[in-house]
Amino acid sequence: MHCVGAKSEVSVRMRNMTAITSSPAQPAPNLHPAGFWQGARDTLPMLIGAAPFGIIYGTLAISHGLPVWATLLMSALVYGGASQFIAVTLLAAGTSAPIIIATTFIVNLRHALYSAALLPAVSALPRSWRAVMAWFLTDETFAIVFHKLDSGEPVRLARFYMGSALAMFGNWLFWTSTGIVLGQSVPGIANWGLEFAMVATFVGIVVPLLKDRSHVAAALAAAAVAIVARGLPFKLGLMAAALVGITVGVLLAPKAQASVEAQP
Amino acid sequence: MNTLLLLLGMAAVTYPVRAGLWLRGGQIPPRLKQALDYVPTAVLTAITVPAVLLHNDQVWLSWHNAQLAGALVTGIIVWRTRHLLWGIGGGLVVYALWRVWLA
Repeated sequence: MHCVGAKSEVSVRMRNMTAITSSPAQPAPNLHPAGFWQGARDTLPMLIGAAPFGIIYGTLAISHGLPVWATLLMSALVYGGASQFIAVTLLAAGTSAPIIIATTFIVNLRHALYSAALLPAVSALPRSWRAVMAWFLTDETFAIVFHKLDSGEPVRLARFYMGSALAMFGNWLFWTSTGIVLGQSVPGIANWGLEFAMVATFVGIVVPLLKDRSHVAAALAAAAVAIVARGLPFKLGLMAAALVGITVGVLLAPKAQASVEAQP
Repeated sequence: MNTLLLLLGMAAVTYPVRAGLWLRGGQIPPRLKQALDYVPTAVLTAITVPAVLLHNDQVWLSWHNAQLAGALVTGIIVWRTRHLLWGIGGGLVVYALWRVWLA
């Protein structure tokens, strides 16, 4: 609903934008739409928040023996903190590549929800822009862009989005590099228990998600299966736990929510 | 080379999740959307709980478990304050203290 409103808002503003650019004499400060720099500036708190994760990821990857080029390349190619943490941890535990790739897929599935939420707004943009923008769709950029669209303030969507995205991307590569340097220069940092930073991060992400009974039940079911099925080969216990947790959540999902979402 | 293939594989499963709807169009069916809502909860819990509770493949429910103490502190801080970084910081401090005291 909000998104549909935001979309028409954006296209109207975009048309206004063209009018403003073609007649520069007309001063309209209130209508000046947010562009690239505003997107980067709005993302500033997220940039600071991501710094410790970038550092820990870089340090963890290096101390687990991942080469420097691969540590940086993963930040550029995968560009998803949670999945990178897990991949590095699994890699250190000697997990095979197909399992790591499957786990990456599951952990990053949430991005599909973000793309669905932004779809009405971005569908007015050229396909090639959408292809580029999608590469940078993270929790942070989604939050900033969705909030901006939701506010109804004028925005040049593609520029604003890329401002947030490139600030976030450059920031991630920078702090990854800082972590790499730390991992290389501080001897014995592998024994500091940095893995716990990942554990704490995930606990901190999950707790706000436990917003109703169905989410609590999903978490409890996933936890129980993960413990009981820990002996299964190929980390299948993790997959089983995720599937059981999701199923329990869906079965206990509030009915009202389902019927609202079922409407077009 | 194997590492490069791993990275490409990870990218190959991540990008389509982000770009699929925007490039191919269509919609996520409501049931699937509902299921996706539970993915972060289920997956992150399935990763975190064994990491916290298992020690040498045994469940270790004890005050001496530094990961458990730290995770509980992070969980309580985030639950009460909704502040992720404070929660992580508090958990890390408790975890470090536990390791120093109980080492």
